[in-house]
Amino acid sequence: MRLDCPLCGPRDLREFTPRGAAVHARRPEGETWSEAWHHHLHLRDNPAGRSEELWYHGSGCTAWLIVERDTATHEVFSVRLAAEGGA
Amino acid sequence: MRLSGYGRVDRTQSVPFRFDGRMLTGHPGDTLASALIANGVRLVGRSFKYHRPRGILTAGSEEPNALVEIGEGAGRVPNVRATVQEVHEGLVAHSQNRWPSLERDLLAVNDLAAPFLGAGFYYKTFMWPAAFWERVYEPAIRRAAGLGSFTREADPHRHEKAFASCDLLVIGAGAAGLMAALAAGEAGADVILAEEGAEPGGRLLAEAEEVGGRPAQDWAAATLARLGAMPNVRVMPRTAVTGAHDGGTYGALERVSEHLAHPAPECPRDCFWRIDARVAVLAAGALERPVAFPDNDRPGVMMASAVRAYLHRWGVVPGARIALFAAGDDARRTARDLAAAGVQIAAVIDPRADAPAPEGIDAPYFAGGQVVGTSGRQGLTAIRVRAGGRVRRIAADVLAMSGGWSPTVHLACHMGGRPVWDEALGAFLPPREGARGAVPGLIPAGAAAGVFDTAGCLASGLAAAGEALSRLGLRAPRIEVPEAEDDPGRSVPLFRVSGKGRAWLDFQNDVTVKDVELSAREGFVSVEHMKRYTTQGMAPDQGKTSNVVALAVLAEATGQTIPETGTTTFRPPYVPVPLGTIAAGAQGKGFAPERFTTSHDASAARGAPMIEAGLWYRPSYFPARGETTWREACAREVAMVREAVGVADVSTLGKIEFRGPDTGAFLDLVYTSRFSTLKPGRARYGIMLREDGHVMDDGTTARLSDDIWVMTTTTAAAGQVMAHLEMVQQCHAPGMATRFTSTTDGWAQFAVAGPRAPDLLAQVLDGGHDAGSFPFMACAAVTVAGVAGRLFRISFSGEHAYEIAVPARHGAALWRLLCAYAEGLGGGPYGMEALNVLRIEKGFPTHAELHGRTTAFDLGLQNMLSPRKDFIGKAAATRPGLLDPGRERLVGLRPVDKAGRLLAGAHLFKRGAKAIRVNDQGYLTSACHSPTLGHDIALGFVSAGPERMGERLSMVDHLRGVTTEVEICSPVFLDPDGARARS
Ligand SMILES: [Zn+2]
Repeated sequence: MRLDCPLCGPRDLREFTPRGAAVHARRPEGETWSEAWHHHLHLRDNPAGRSEELWYHGSGCTAWLIVERDTATHEVFSVRLAAEGGA
Repeated sequence: MRLSGYGRVDRTQSVPFRFDGRMLTGHPGDTLASALIANGVRLVGRSFKYHRPRGILTAGSEEPNALVEIGEGAGRVPNVRATVQEVHEGLVAHSQNRWPSLERDLLAVNDLAAPFLGAGFYYKTFMWPAAFWERVYEPAIRRAAGLGSFTREADPHRHEKAFASCDLLVIGAGAAGLMAALAAGEAGADVILAEEGAEPGGRLLAEAEEVGGRPAQDWAAATLARLGAMPNVRVMPRTAVTGAHDGGTYGALERVSEHLAHPAPECPRDCFWRIDARVAVLAAGALERPVAFPDNDRPGVMMASAVRAYLHRWGVVPGARIALFAAGDDARRTARDLAAAGVQIAAVIDPRADAPAPEGIDAPYFAGGQVVGTSGRQGLTAIRVRAGGRVRRIAADVLAMSGGWSPTVHLACHMGGRPVWDEALGAFLPPREGARGAVPGLIPAGAAAGVFDTAGCLASGLAAAGEALSRLGLRAPRIEVPEAEDDPGRSVPLFRVSGKGRAWLDFQNDVTVKDVELSAREGFVSVEHMKRYTTQGMAPDQGKTSNVVALAVLAEATGQTIPETGTTTFRPPYVPVPLGTIAAGAQGKGFAPERFTTSHDASAARGAPMIEAGLWYRPSYFPARGETTWREACAREVAMVREAVGVADVSTLGKIEFRGPDTGAFLDLVYTSRFSTLKPGRARYGIMLREDGHVMDDGTTARLSDDIWVMTTTTAAAGQVMAHLEMVQQCHAPGMATRFTSTTDGWAQFAVAGPRAPDLLAQVLDGGHDAGSFPFMACAAVTVAGVAGRLFRISFSGEHAYEIAVPARHGAALWRLLCAYAEGLGGGPYGMEALNVLRIEKGFPTHAELHGRTTAFDLGLQNMLSPRKDFIGKAAATRPGLLDPGRERLVGLRPVDKAGRLLAGAHLFKRGAKAIRVNDQGYLTSACHSPTLGHDIALGFVSAGPERMGERLSMVDHLRGVTTEVEICSPVFLDPDGARARS
């Protein structure tokens, strides 16, 4: 599998680390514990199909990426930089 | 027997080799199989379960019978297919699965017991008593059954792995593959042409045909020469593509030096390739299917196409009287070519009643006939033919058979796709692109796509290249398809012949027609269940010659059609890949990178044993003359720091350097306490949390000047913290003007600790050192012997201490200097053991305590959670459950009896309570003997610990069988108000 990093181009899977659902990149408002924080930290969909994930290009440019892909076929639909509003 | 005028081997040279101790000779270009045939060897192995005599069946990697062990001693490789192994001078091969010898195999009695050894025998017979399975049954079965054996010694072979990328990967260099590579190469595409065999050409080398008006072998050679002249085409012989994976990645196994008598020492035996291809053409050909008739496994019964390959490619014939049993016109070429070579044809048997007699062959012909039996103890001597209502015996030493062809669809199905049954062709075809599980970008061509005539294969290869080129955005060149044989002939699939006696399907795992029928009778009617029940297709050959035939038998037994019956799942690898090759590069030191500090050599020269800290190697202690144990050295080094001065290499700590006006604000977000107020020239201790409120790491961050900030992390978490900082900035604070980079390897950093530390610094720093004007937690740029460096007054030992950093290239020199000065002041270097004791005495946590389940509250650091700003983990850290006073919280522990031993990992229980889980009060995370206090000390976590000072508990280490009475105390054992560090 390869990911097309917006900064580096298509690179081998082993340069990247998956870090779970892209939800992780979207921090809720508020400094006190809330239902929104509970959802953010603990509740995850586990789709067999199209999903949005957070990946780290740790052995490349160190960009955090929002990757849209199909968990069943491994087809990748899009790769965006989290820093550029991808999150 | 070798025939003159045939074959591509180099007869001017002889190659001596050994098979089962016999010295034989072959020629360059021979496989072990062709050389054995040339030497008249028919019996080459014993079967897996029944120890039946077996001979060579095929001429390719699908070979189920002719498995041998190659080499001797530790380098012996089992289960090598004689049809793949090339002969070379000094080759040593042994047959397998026989004792004491191939001719007199005592376990052949299994064959007499065959009625009891059918499918499911093991499951049914050895069920009870359960305890017998491991002790009695399994070892006995393992001894009797099985293929080759392991040496149980370390693998002495060199293996390699490599990576490649290309526009187009062409899998297979037969007619279709050569044509596809030629067209794509002419178009300027980057092409890799991978060919499993030693010589590209495929069936073109194995048939007496013409292509473009010249012998097919010559056309193949000329095409290869053209490809060889193209810089954009890479031809890889001896390279089997083993798997199709996500995103156009293909695995391939290259046999690099298995065929060489004297490979260079640095030359690997084999190489595992990962090839990234934008498009691929599957031109892997087709496999001829055996026919299941009674006793069809005798040595001498061979595939018809293999017999032709041995004749045309290697110039050998496996017998003197050869019969042919086939239901296809194409297989008749075997009789035609052998007759032309002067070999006697014993009979031609064709089950098609309406098939005309073969022309020009002087042999009995049986239309509508079937082979219903064979005889010959260790090799075929006669066949029994049923035709016209009677059965006759015909003397023959070879029976060439063909049940039809199965396209090599394996790779096309590696991503879960199912092959498609083509009724007209009587064969499975690759799934169509776009079908569920089909491999994207893999275009089948030639026989792999069900095209069985040479002209059709050439045209199909050209068309596939055209399709590939259009996807690559390249223009297809004008190439004519050369003239070639364009009639695939008529044929009907022939799967089985009924009759008395066992008819083999899976030669390698000894599975017969009866086994599959039994499986169906007992309810295992799904093909996946049948496979597991009978083990059909589960041997190393993965059922290449047997899957489709077994499926046809199962379909018949269950009254279904073949497509209704379905197929099993195709999984990589297509051919066996040695584990050593998959692990290439990861053995021994290759398993993980090693990181060395700049003081490594000097420490090693002092005899310091090294311990691993992540990937780093750090000195454990520095033995002095007369010391016999590490504890003596450690105690001396601790006393040295407490009383004089010690130096230690702390370069392994993570160092991250920041620039930018928003750095302070960013640090406020990642640390729990405020850093934006930190003044230039000062450092501050901080902790950072994960978003779930638990502590991730701790360390100090120093502000060297207005715009230069340096963060230190623990050695263990350096990588994790770096990734975390990137995530926080990119996802949560992309607008903040700060950037940072890891400088861990750029700086050598040394701790200088102890009451005489200021004296040492005064000697080593240019311009001297005034401790009075450089208070605790100060930092500054300094020069050391003319080198620009950095000085931090921070302490991990509780003593008056510094860390001094210089660019890594000066590290080794500064280390020698620091050691020399320290020794002049009554001190010296100290290692990890002493470093650990010093910090436990002071109650400083490391990742033994920051183990991922502890909070700031647990560590007694709740005051560092700033209420006046947001930080990562804040919302979660303030959950009531994470602030519950009853949580297991950090305390110190000391033995009630000074001699008592404390052990990290031990658990704590109330005195008198049973030492079981429900009574657990907490556990020890760090423990050591404190030479300063003269007894063991420990850090640990105890329920409501800080409220239980002075309480006595029982420490129980179940693992090491130690029980010690302990008392809860402050985690700071020494100098609780920190006066020494601030002095
Ligand atoms: Zn990148």
